[in-house]
Amino acid sequence: MTNSRPESRSPGMARRTFLQNLSAKLPGLIAFFALAKPGKAGADEPGGYDPEQHNYAMGIDIHKCIGCGRCADACKSENNVPRDEHFFRSWVERYVVTTDREAHVDSPNGGIDGFPALPDDTDILRSFFVPKLCNHCVKAPCVQVCPVGATFLSRDGVVLVDESYCVGCRYCIQACPYGARYLHPEKQVADKCTFCYHRLREGLLPACVEVCPTQARVFGEIGHKSSPLHRFLRFNEITQLKPYLNTEPKVYYAGADGEVI
Amino acid sequence: MFRHKFPAQLVPLAVLFVLAMTALLVARAFLVPETFGDYGPYRANSVDEIAAQPIVYAGAKACEDCHDDIVALKSDSHHQGVACEACHGPAAGHVDAPDEVSPQIPRGRGYCPLCHGYNPSRPSGFPQILSDRHNPGRPCIACHDPHAPTLPRTPEECDACHREIANDKMVSPHTMLACTQCHSVPNEHLLSPRSARALKPTDPGTCAPCHSESGTAKFEAPTINFESHGERYLCWDCHYPHHPEAN
Repeated sequence: MTNSRPESRSPGMARRTFLQNLSAKLPGLIAFFALAKPGKAGADEPGGYDPEQHNYAMGIDIHKCIGCGRCADACKSENNVPRDEHFFRSWVERYVVTTDREAHVDSPNGGIDGFPALPDDTDILRSFFVPKLCNHCVKAPCVQVCPVGATFLSRDGVVLVDESYCVGCRYCIQACPYGARYLHPEKQVADKCTFCYHRLREGLLPACVEVCPTQARVFGEIGHKSSPLHRFLRFNEITQLKPYLNTEPKVYYAGADGEVI
Repeated sequence: MFRHKFPAQLVPLAVLFVLAMTALLVARAFLVPETFGDYGPYRANSVDEIAAQPIVYAGAKACEDCHDDIVALKSDSHHQGVACEACHGPAAGHVDAPDEVSPQIPRGRGYCPLCHGYNPSRPSGFPQILSDRHNPGRPCIACHDPHAPTLPRTPEECDACHREIANDKMVSPHTMLACTQCHSVPNEHLLSPRSARALKPTDPGTCAPCHSESGTAKFEAPTINFESHGERYLCWDCHYPHHPEAN
């Protein structure tokens, strides 16, 4: 470079080389910005929806959940999930921690029909409800293992399943550390929570958030200060499920402790 | 010239290679769907297909457009944060065709305990009842307005609690008599029924105004001579006053 030459130390020469460099590179820079701008600018969807502007996530306040199971019920209605047990996009679990520090978890029919009374001889230390659903991981194992690219992370931060492309190999069901997936018994494709993606695109909340009577579920966007999720994340001590797996889940729990994580 | 430079044994290999590549490209053109890879290793069109799924829950804003009276009532109540569709079920069909599709209205006793039935796992402070003991047999909405739920007003009619007696009295000749005709009821009884009891009559004279021979009943009440009838017994030792057999 010119810097190594002794005369380049004089300020005049440095300015000259700078101008030379500039005149050589300026057309390229102008061309770069001129070409780059149309590609990056704004909405590429007809309705003015720009997926790049969104990064959806959910918050769940365990202190507020009453285990009524309305979320699981609404999820099944909204997304046409089979009514049988074992098929859920979202469900509620009951944690019972006994005095011997053992955590017992049950979820009869996802909590839709309520929870049976506990046997009288159970020594309960504490007990609470935890709603669960797909965590929409940033580094989703299910996306990684899908052999055909049917499960993917959309540009607005939602993990989706391409129903017409899925071959039903169940690899994603195996890979999900949160047990958030099931094989649709009629379609024979993997199915899971989509954050009610079709509702988000219409500006509506996910069905489970819509019907939650105690606002235990908060839905919003990461990085938008006007989003209710932003406030939720600020004012609560937040934990994620299985953070040590580095899946970067985007369902944030408030009030979850050792048993849940 | 060409044969000298290009080894003969590579010619069939090269032909095979070109054929294989062509077959691969043709197969790829058929097998890889359109828009695959536009934004990543997935079919870009599938995002729009998923977004086209029909909406079942209309959302609270849709309800507000028509039912502003209930919205006003609910906005000041304990249920202000409860979306309409939490109880009334999915209502997008009702929004599209209000006259043809009606959302569900859970009037039975089984629905409210899904939230308000006692369950030790629920957060403390959340209002809960023991469903089996809390006015069994009565629907919740008989006492609580689900749109503005508060503790119910103390019932002033006796039949709210004494239903069985009221049913008997209803088909008896005593149907027109107020309970207070015979029972003295302290005011506290309405608020604390067990500590302030309603008093039962102790004096056989209670029946006398109507049933003595010199009675003043407006109706044709059977009359007896109180001097000679019964003697050592009180009237209600033999006659059940809520459903006297004289009919």
